[in-house]
Amino acid sequence: MLKVKTPKNRRVQRELEKRAPRLVEKGKKTLLLQGTKTSNVLNTVLSEIYHLKRDNAIRYTRKNDSIRPFESGGETSLEFFSMKTDCSIFVFGSTSKKRPDNLVIGRTYDHHIYDLIEVGVENFKRMDSFTYDKKLAPQAGSKPFIVFSGEAFESVDELKHLKEVLLELLRGEVVDNLNLAGLGRVYVCTAISSNRVFLTHCALRLKKSGTTVPRIELVEIGPSMDFVVRRHRLPNESLRKEAMKTAKDKTHKKIKNVSKDALQGKLGKIYVPDQKLGEMVLPNKSKGVKRERREAKKKNSTNEPASKKQKEDS
Amino acid sequence: MDTQDEYQVDLGNLMAFDPFHHFTSIPSSREELVADCLSKGTELVQAIVSGIFNLPSTEDIDGPLVKLPPPTTKLPREKPLPKPKHPTRWEEFAKAKGIRNRKKDKVVWDEQTGSWKRRYGYDRVNDDADIPIIEAKMTDEPGVDPFAKRIAERKERVQKQQKNQLQNLKTAAKAGALPSHVQLAATALPITGTQAAKKKFTKDELGNVAGLASTATASGGKFDKKLRGEKPVKNQGKHRKFLPVVEGSGIGSQEKEQTERVLSKLISSNSHEILNVDKAVTMYNVNKERKRRNQYGKPSSTRNEHGKSSSTRNEHGKSSSTPSKLKPNNKPMKAKSLPNKGKGEFLE
Repeated sequence: MLKVKTPKNRRVQRELEKRAPRLVEKGKKTLLLQGTKTSNVLNTVLSEIYHLKRDNAIRYTRKNDSIRPFESGGETSLEFFSMKTDCSIFVFGSTSKKRPDNLVIGRTYDHHIYDLIEVGVENFKRMDSFTYDKKLAPQAGSKPFIVFSGEAFESVDELKHLKEVLLELLRGEVVDNLNLAGLGRVYVCTAISSNRVFLTHCALRLKKSGTTVPRIELVEIGPSMDFVVRRHRLPNESLRKEAMKTAKDKTHKKIKNVSKDALQGKLGKIYVPDQKLGEMVLPNKSKGVKRERREAKKKNSTNEPASKKQKEDS
Repeated sequence: MDTQDEYQVDLGNLMAFDPFHHFTSIPSSREELVADCLSKGTELVQAIVSGIFNLPSTEDIDGPLVKLPPPTTKLPREKPLPKPKHPTRWEEFAKAKGIRNRKKDKVVWDEQTGSWKRRYGYDRVNDDADIPIIEAKMTDEPGVDPFAKRIAERKERVQKQQKNQLQNLKTAAKAGALPSHVQLAATALPITGTQAAKKKFTKDELGNVAGLASTATASGGKFDKKLRGEKPVKNQGKHRKFLPVVEGSGIGSQEKEQTERVLSKLISSNSHEILNVDKAVTMYNVNKERKRRNQYGKPSSTRNEHGKSSSTRNEHGKSSSTPSKLKPNNKPMKAKSLPNKGKGEFLE
């Protein structure tokens, strides 16, 4: 026998509804966790990423000995954590002799591993080591700018992948309305060589420029680090196709009679219905000028007073 | 504007990308590199900012608000697209019949009390609980409490509705479109062996078991009393039957025939291997020679010396050129060894 199980209170129901799939998604939650061995650097990297993404990230601080994302069977507990915490991006830190200061950044689709990229952290400078005017410190949870530069981000496969993953990791929540006063930080990613990316976090200083658009100055506030790409695994084609589906391609409706032209812009077609001349009201067809009345008037013009009399009689 | 073309700007994500940037000369020190990256970053941020500040904005207490365009960079989804709600059985029926829902008022005029009352819920119209007296009718059965009957009927209706709901949810679960807050769970979990759900036997299974039981005697159920209307056993298993090994007529010879059949089949299929062509040819030639000699004249005694056995056989009139022809002899089990033994010998 089956029984219908529904949440006992609204709080639980709301929580379940939050986890339900939705047509338009609003960004992913991040899970930060580590393996059996981590270094001092990695601990700081993980905690600072967590600090920067505090509004939608979860940090696990226990050792995980069964997580090996690139090996088969090593992803089961990762997938379970993803299910439990409802996180779709994970950052897994571990260090070993072969791969010192190793970060595995991966994404999940439907709580199964979608893709993975492994980077080594080098030249790490923590937040505390930067000195700057504390007035510039950005607000927590503000939406960051992300800029990428370097041709390697387009030509090298690994970096192209890393760019996509970093964008998703750093961009925060997708918003409709943006408060211009809340803008204050930017992540700068630069491809230095074909496998090395420099990532830093800066504050924005808006200066007057005489126009509505302010002049921008960047002040480095940290953390800053180099990512050296190691292994990566792209999703297989069918999974990628499945995951790339959007609500938009489903509800794409054809708009009739509107076309776009490069020169003239938006063009519309208007169809004028047939003119029905027979039913048209002519301008000179008022009651007073009707033919019968005119004729009658002529006829009665001789004995007009008589008719008046008749009326009086009746 | 030319910066917009040079860079790929995604205003929805506040992202800009310069796909053409590369270091003209590799910076010697870290500081130089950072400064280089920051200056490039400033340019890119400037491109995004000019894009954002030119969007139409509305004033708010906290600052100017702009409506961002949707992100243009295609990123994978987190979860599959939600499935459309599965229609209930009633909804399917209503669609087939063209029945449409009409809005009903929330409050209804109650004639009994002369006031507006809710259609459903607390203090509703036509509430059974409000009726203190039920008038007896001629058709009423004596000894039945009309109030209890009313409650029982109501419970039945509710139960039926719950059953229908569950059925609808089950079909929805099959289609994978269960509402997010609903779970279908097994009520009785088979935690211990005793709590396992009882299995319902099918008619076929019962028939098989009855058949097994009725033939589980020494005589295979032959002498048992049959019940009235008892059907003959279905799917009765095969019983092996052995033929008597002792020789004799009738059933005794059947066993011999059976073995022979098997043997001749085996031999005929392998006969081409057993045939030694050279030997057969010489044998044939010898026979031919002998025949010719017989025709010319009676064999002399001198010639008979080395062809003793063969000549005597010839007199019987049967062809004895096959020294070990397989005959249906009396010892079938011995014949089994023939294919090995007879290898290289001429067989007819």
